[in-house]
Amino acid sequence: MSQLLSSFRYAALPAAAEAFRVDVREFLRTAYTPASPQQRARSWMGFDAAFSKKLAQRGWVGVTLPKAYGGAELDAFCRFVLVEELLAAGAPVGAHWIADRQSGPLINKFGTDAQRKFYLPKICAAEVFFCIGMSEPNAGSDLASVGTRATRVDDGWRLNGRKLWTTGAQHCRYMIALVRSSGEAGDRQKGLSQFVVDLALPGVAVRAITDLAGDAHFNEVFFDDVRLADEALIGNEGDGWMQVNAELAFERSGPERIYSSIVLLEHWIEVLRRGPHANAHVETIGRFATHLATLRNMSIAVTARLVRGESPLVEAALVKDIGTEFEQSIPAVIEAAIAADPQAAVDPDLLATVIYLCQVAPIFSLRGGTREILRGMIARGLGLR
Amino acid sequence: MFAEAIEDILRDQCTPAVVRAIEAGGSPAPLWEAIAGAGFLDLLLGEEEGGAGLPLPELYTVVSHFGRYAVPLPVVQSIAARALVAREAQLPDGSITLAPALRREPDGALRCPLVPYGAIAQYVLAADDGDLLLLRCESAQRNGTGILHSQLATLMWRDDRGAERIAGDSSALAPFAAALHAALLAGAMSKVFEMTLQYCNERSQFGKTLGKFQAVQHQLSVMAELVAATGIAAEASFQTTDRTPRLLSAAMAKARASEAAISVANTAHALHGAIGITEEYDLQLFTRRLHEWRVAHGSESYWNRVVGEQVLAEHGTLAEFVRG
Repeated sequence: MSQLLSSFRYAALPAAAEAFRVDVREFLRTAYTPASPQQRARSWMGFDAAFSKKLAQRGWVGVTLPKAYGGAELDAFCRFVLVEELLAAGAPVGAHWIADRQSGPLINKFGTDAQRKFYLPKICAAEVFFCIGMSEPNAGSDLASVGTRATRVDDGWRLNGRKLWTTGAQHCRYMIALVRSSGEAGDRQKGLSQFVVDLALPGVAVRAITDLAGDAHFNEVFFDDVRLADEALIGNEGDGWMQVNAELAFERSGPERIYSSIVLLEHWIEVLRRGPHANAHVETIGRFATHLATLRNMSIAVTARLVRGESPLVEAALVKDIGTEFEQSIPAVIEAAIAADPQAAVDPDLLATVIYLCQVAPIFSLRGGTREILRGMIARGLGLR
Repeated sequence: MFAEAIEDILRDQCTPAVVRAIEAGGSPAPLWEAIAGAGFLDLLLGEEEGGAGLPLPELYTVVSHFGRYAVPLPVVQSIAARALVAREAQLPDGSITLAPALRREPDGALRCPLVPYGAIAQYVLAADDGDLLLLRCESAQRNGTGILHSQLATLMWRDDRGAERIAGDSSALAPFAAALHAALLAGAMSKVFEMTLQYCNERSQFGKTLGKFQAVQHQLSVMAELVAATGIAAEASFQTTDRTPRLLSAAMAKARASEAAISVANTAHALHGAIGITEEYDLQLFTRRLHEWRVAHGSESYWNRVVGEQVLAEHGTLAEFVRG
């Protein structure tokens, strides 16, 4: 059997992670008042610094980071449980999301001790939030063609260029940006580096972009002769591509790639339980349950590899591709179901939530790598490229 | 350990030529002897019962190998039958398959429709209103399906005089059969996927192998996703310390595997081109089974309803439900 497929063996969450779940649920019961379904459906697009602070006070921002830097030093299984519970509740986790998931672990893995000491405690306290500087106007799927450039100067670097589709940049203090630090565009993956950019520095401008649902989570970020200190470089100069790939294994493998439509699905089930039409949708509900249970087991299998210290980039791409297809199918199916009978009344929250998700669902298979990119990675994993 | 042992036997003794010969009516005795004689039928029985004491989670890999090798005998059903009947019950040595349904006709006749391996099994175990019935296939009228080489058959008896009532857990039969077929589907799909990948790496058109075309790569990637999903769903249904699989995880396994089967079979044939449709090429041995096993003991249309009814009957969230 191919190496890739043999990775997908059943793994149960360990007892410690399940015990941790009890604490998380208790925290959510006391610290979080559920908003309307259409608000909760925003989930990790929902930005609420106060909620992130509460979570940090409980010790659960930077959950996998070392205790020495203020982290909880829990394993990836516990993080899986935490994230699963937060997403299922529709908690507004967007503020600390990126730092907890990837910026913190990236700095921990590739940063200097001074960088770890400086950034990680602030991340764990939810004092500073991070965003990801990957996409640019001319570098979307073709990430290696980033044109933002850091030029060596006497006492550090000078940054010029711009980033696009940067989620949360208007609220974040820092961006970890992938930029060209040497060579030319033709060098592709060579000569790229990652820098922590303080978005409060002179020369940085952030412009919010309103999306089709009226939310502004995307941004365009401009760098005009921004002076960066030497310490802004994360890891080795020229290692940016390798580091960004390690980061993407974290970014793509989590439960957020299967739970994006869970709030809608739960609300639909609630409405069906109350009303007379449940029978018509039994098979559909069963199918969603079957798919969700399976995807969850696939995601746990990938998490088990993270726990073993591996970087399951291709496995994560595989789960993300099939997971986002599931997430997208939920609003599509429910949109049809609520209008299956024009005479029947439609729950207003259900309508608002399903239309919101139908509008934004295309992004599920764009953010973090498009279908085409992911399928190309799987093909490479199968030895076809 | 058992999984490797059984794969060694199957690699040697269950070649495509052997599969074809048995499907064409050749004697199944040598293959049956090679497996039953090695003690594999008693895998699940405790050591005190003369078995191997294999925990159910480890049976998954064993069953999936039977799918990978398209074994034309109801071996996994015979293994399961021994765990379904009460410890004190005695089962005959011959091959036993499981009936998806048993109907009692108004004239007293018994009818088991579309029994997997019904054309070749010596016995069939059926759930009959809370009891288990063991029926001899020899005394049945066996009606095949007319599908070339298929071992599916409807079995009919004039009355229930030859049926033996056996102590055991009749409610566990359908979930066990569902889990078995999910694992068989997982094994057959992994084989179909490998054959397709290999074919795409070998066959050239327009001066390069098929696998170099992006459109082909993406189809193979999606196929890999479905095979991975099926495998893990099937394996999950064997994760219990009980003697037999539980209803919900078995339902999810069979539903997920059956849904994936159609797409995996279709993509395999699409990428193989016309050669895949021929009798002499081995792909048909497996894709025919993907369709038969999708149907066996209920497709995704049935099992998703079982899951959905349970979801709607409960009060908790779906997120809690899928964690079991």
